Amino acid sequence: MTTATTDTANTEMAHDHHGPATGFKRWLFTTNHKDIGSMYLWFAFIMFLTGGSMAMVIRAELFQPGLQIIDPDFFNQMTTVHGLIMVFGAVMPAFTGLANWMIPMMIGAPDMALPRLNNWSFWILPFAFSILLMSFFLGGAPNFGWTFYAPLSTTYSNGSTAFFVFAVHIMGISSIMGAINVIVTIMNMRAPGMTYMKMPLFVWTFFITAYLLIAVMPILAGVVTMLLTDTYFGTSFFNAAGGGDPVLFQHIFWFFGHPEVYIMILPAFGIVSTTIPAFSRKKLFGYSSMVYATSSIAFLSFIVWAHHMFTTGMPLVGELFFMYCTMLIAVPTGVKVFNWMATMWRGSISFEVPMLFSIAFVILFTIGGFSGLMLAMAPVDFQYHDTYFVVAHFHYVLVTGSIFSIFAAAYYWLPKWTGFMFNETLAKTHFWCSLISVNLLFFPMHFLGLAGMPRRIPDYALQFADFNMWVSIGGFAFGLSQLIFLAVVIKCIRGGETAPAKPWDGAEGLEWTVPSPAPYHTFATPPKID
Amino acid sequence: MQESANRKTKVLIRNLMIAVIAMFGFGFALVPLYDVFCDITGLNGKTDTEAAQVNDVGIDADRTIKVQFISHITPGMSWEFRPEVAEVSVHPGETKIVKFYAKNVTSVSMMGQTVPSVAPGDAASYFKKIQCFCFEQQSLAGQEEVWMPLRFYIDPEIPDHVKTLTLSYTLYDITAKIES
Repeated sequence: MTTATTDTANTEMAHDHHGPATGFKRWLFTTNHKDIGSMYLWFAFIMFLTGGSMAMVIRAELFQPGLQIIDPDFFNQMTTVHGLIMVFGAVMPAFTGLANWMIPMMIGAPDMALPRLNNWSFWILPFAFSILLMSFFLGGAPNFGWTFYAPLSTTYSNGSTAFFVFAVHIMGISSIMGAINVIVTIMNMRAPGMTYMKMPLFVWTFFITAYLLIAVMPILAGVVTMLLTDTYFGTSFFNAAGGGDPVLFQHIFWFFGHPEVYIMILPAFGIVSTTIPAFSRKKLFGYSSMVYATSSIAFLSFIVWAHHMFTTGMPLVGELFFMYCTMLIAVPTGVKVFNWMATMWRGSISFEVPMLFSIAFVILFTIGGFSGLMLAMAPVDFQYHDTYFVVAHFHYVLVTGSIFSIFAAAYYWLPKWTGFMFNETLAKTHFWCSLISVNLLFFPMHFLGLAGMPRRIPDYALQFADFNMWVSIGGFAFGLSQLIFLAVVIKCIRGGETAPAKPWDGAEGLEWTVPSPAPYHTFATPPKID
Repeated sequence: MQESANRKTKVLIRNLMIAVIAMFGFGFALVPLYDVFCDITGLNGKTDTEAAQVNDVGIDADRTIKVQFISHITPGMSWEFRPEVAEVSVHPGETKIVKFYAKNVTSVSMMGQTVPSVAPGDAASYFKKIQCFCFEQQSLAGQEEVWMPLRFYIDPEIPDHVKTLTLSYTLYDITAKIES
């Protein structure tokens, strides 16, 4: 179903390109990084709307206390699949799409290093999500939370575990292949003179992200495999009756899970490190410190996983170790935030839409970072654990962090992709609607969590009613605002003011040396870099 | 030059594939590693799976530790299962016997297995069981009931901060597993 929609959306664009094949086959067989990048971005957007509509169902149910619209089991399916789709279907493919489109153009390469593999990594994704979504009609979708803790996903599963496991396997294979492709492209296909420390920061951050993917996606594949054999083949990895340990599941899962959250934020750091200098008309402050900060964040992500598990009865020494390591991450992250501020300092800033989203990113991501710091503290985490405070925290870093950066990137490069300028008024409307509604949506969740409202429940105590109503109104408004984005993009594809090769006067990088829209093949002969 | 670039690409892809497979293996290697780690540190509250030697350590009469008993039955297990007392106070080194009651309320013969867990986790390795029904499987005919003894002592080396110790038993139905 999703693939069909992708294709209708893309046939419209086909007229603008001069690709070798036409019609459906062009998109099915394409090995062109720009085509595949576009398909990734459309797929991510469709998944964003799918996962978003599930969030609308959740917020509709939580609009008032009591059970009105859906039953608790379906509510659990909604929270679970919303999380899975947003993480694996929206944010990750959107970044991969941006990487596909931009990395070859930013390093002066003609295409990705492994174009056929690239085609395959995209085309297995629709199948993965079809399997996941199919489970709604075949006995119920996964209802055990996107973190699929055993024994909820084994002993107490509603029979959706197999669908879930195979879908995750396919998503994992897709991400791993994408990551291999990015690493090979960056290491072997840079234009002569493009040394590592001259690479644009988006390339750097995605390079590090690709290594994180290679390191942890196989762990995810392993843990879901153990889940599968525990559920259907009588093994006891996580079953205490057979000598296993359910807490082991949490250790393996979060050993994957924590690097995974950086997989979803490092490319965002790369994006705003590109847009903020462009609209401040200054060089990025502290380029090399940005590279080192990204690398240290990536390294630290492997030794902090148990901060998700403070309440599992860890010994004091363990809690202290994971608490201090987690708080250490604030140092390189702080370096980044201060570098962005220093880049803007005394710059001649203009507030085009990509810049608006980037500034909002810096402020709101920092709020998410601070609540993360609060959660990192083991003694207070016992109060915040599994409350709406956690929900507020990770939505601030993922929605106003990752997704705002994706909007910034989309608006920044849309003229390059389509050859037309987007409608500035409509885009600004999208920004302001999103900014106001997203804060109405997620900010009160902090208070709800501190007051003790647990996450993942379809009903709540009466004293939480007012805040929940605000949150739901914010949620509906944020969801509707994203349709403005769709309108901006479609209008921009169809036409508008013709975009010059470099529409932003402060922008730097090889992608602005080619005409807009970017020709089907770029840098067949490598550019010269001094 | 094209040749050497191709070779470089192939070597890189091969290395990355090896890394992927190695990390997949590492995920599974975490399972035994975790067990070893927990054995050494006692982190996950698992007690020894073999009986301790008969108590020959001295009694530390200055300290008293409360030992609480909890019993759980997994869903689908239709036995009654409970300790005779909820709590006893012991001096470290002192041997105690606590009985647990189990009854198969169905009319068919069933097999059960109890799995112990001690909280706080760092006390687990100091909890010594000389005799425990958890070392073996229980077979109860329909309507049969049994009092099962647990004979234990607490190692006087137990850290000072442990004042209360909870021993939890979970009873699992393993009839199907034994038959297959």
